[in-house]
Amino acid sequence: MTGFMVLLRKELLEQWRTTRLPIVATVFLLVGLSSPLLARFTPEILQAVGGSQFNISLPTPTAADAYDQLAKNVGQFGALIAVLLAMGAVATEKERGTAALLLTKPAGRGAFLIAKLVAIATTLGLATLIAAAGGWFYTLVLFQALDVAGFAAAAVLMWLSLVAFAAITLLGSTLTRSAVAAAGIGLVAFVVIGIVSVVPGLGPYLPTGLGAPARSLALGLPGPDALGPAVAAVVLIVALVAVSWLAFRDQEL
Amino acid sequence: MTAPGSAAGAATPAAALPPAAVEARGLTKRFGRILALDRLDLSVPPGSIFGLLGPNGAGKTTAIRILTGLARPTDGSASVGGVAVGLDRPELRRGIGYLDQDPRFYGWMRGRELLELVGRLHGLDGVHLRTRVDEMLEQTGLSEAAGRRIGGYSGGMRQRLGIAQAMLHRPRVLILDEPVSSLDPEGRRDLLGLIGSLRGDATVLISTHVLSDVERICDRVAILHRGRLVTEGPLQELLAAHARPIFRLVPASGQEQRVAALVDALRAAPWSTDVSCTGGAIRVTVSDPSTGAVAILPLVVAAGVTLDAFERARPTLEDVFLELVGPPKPEDLDGRGFVRPREVTDR
Repeated sequence: MTGFMVLLRKELLEQWRTTRLPIVATVFLLVGLSSPLLARFTPEILQAVGGSQFNISLPTPTAADAYDQLAKNVGQFGALIAVLLAMGAVATEKERGTAALLLTKPAGRGAFLIAKLVAIATTLGLATLIAAAGGWFYTLVLFQALDVAGFAAAAVLMWLSLVAFAAITLLGSTLTRSAVAAAGIGLVAFVVIGIVSVVPGLGPYLPTGLGAPARSLALGLPGPDALGPAVAAVVLIVALVAVSWLAFRDQEL
Repeated sequence: MTAPGSAAGAATPAAALPPAAVEARGLTKRFGRILALDRLDLSVPPGSIFGLLGPNGAGKTTAIRILTGLARPTDGSASVGGVAVGLDRPELRRGIGYLDQDPRFYGWMRGRELLELVGRLHGLDGVHLRTRVDEMLEQTGLSEAAGRRIGGYSGGMRQRLGIAQAMLHRPRVLILDEPVSSLDPEGRRDLLGLIGSLRGDATVLISTHVLSDVERICDRVAILHRGRLVTEGPLQELLAAHARPIFRLVPASGQEQRVAALVDALRAAPWSTDVSCTGGAIRVTVSDPSTGAVAILPLVVAAGVTLDAFERARPTLEDVFLELVGPPKPEDLDGRGFVRPREVTDR
């Protein structure tokens, strides 16, 4: 881990200077604020669009609908943003020659990769926190107060899922010299995990499997235990970083 | 022979420093059928300024990329500062300063920030780091631009920043790949002076195809051609051993016809190997200096030419280079004007 803290500092500065952090935080804030609004006003919107031609009968929206809307939006937009953040992390640096600049200094390749993932995870963490805070506040305003600790725990599980997709894309970025190819690997993994998640016994231990325990925690309902899926996600992230490092340490730059 | 990337080359204690700061044994690099480097043996003495010469495509950058751990040799071994080279070896880079031939930086970063980043990676911090960064900015003429984003730097400024980051931590071995190629004459002179000032304190391996730069600062030279080491040794010894004797005649103006006759006579002489006229001067290469010294002047007198000057020209590295490598044949050049690397049939 030679040079890790120095590299992490550079990566965090890069997240800010290249406006990735402000942009991602803004997108997540909009997602957080709009989700409860969308849940609350969907019946009125459908009524207004359909007019008197349709007789739509929808159940009265609840705080659970607000949370479900938030989790779905963060899960989809967030995963896409995680892929966008990680796609060029290594591939672009290899292509532009800046990886060679740093790695001809006393910096380990493992530290180089981990600093990148930690910086991306930090950006995603701050953004998820902002989205969760916005979503919780508008749920309070439009519906009812949800338990803060449970909501925060749900946000941590959402974040863990996004970091897993970032780690998959980081592996793609390490294996290729093309950010587009890395994004392709991340998006294909997103689709494949979505399909495989219906397999009983396996689904709960995939990054998408964090959704069910997160919902239970946020709404204070009985549900699946969060520990197993959370540990599985952490193990997956660590394994992806390890494979990335094994591939990267033998690459010519 | 130590395998590349093996742990056998751990840092050597100062009391037992190896005789060479940079050592390569049988270094070979193939890219498929292309043989970019062919069994290169190199030994760079500590404290020397060592010029790695060769035309474009000779294998200089490939050798440097292996020595800095950016590429892996197909065969052979190398060490820098007593540490075996390898791809993921931070300990190798502690004592190395490296400048790429086309240095790339983060466009969003400021010049000072880049130097601080590099300094921190080398373990500098606090006042010591700030002082050293200021020194390097001053020495490379970048003090005023230090607060600007590197994305707005010119090619010359990026090259000077590259020199600054390479020298920042006072490396024991400085490896520079075409370090002054983007600089104007004044910038070249200043930076070559800066590199020359390291003589005795650090070992400098400098790759270039600009022979005058090498003559100005290097004390040892290796010439590469199509991946192979053609010769290696102290610059003055190479000049003495390989440069052919050359005489320079400067005729007084206004005697063009007689000068033309003299040139014809010189070309016809059995002891002259090459006669050229440039800038009003005649340059005569002879097979034997003693013959040339006594035989040229009678021809001048016979042609009735009045001379402003007649001297034994100091041989240049270009003469050595042309003697050993010769001008590239058209069939050896690729579309970009680079000497085509050799291909091998056996893999």
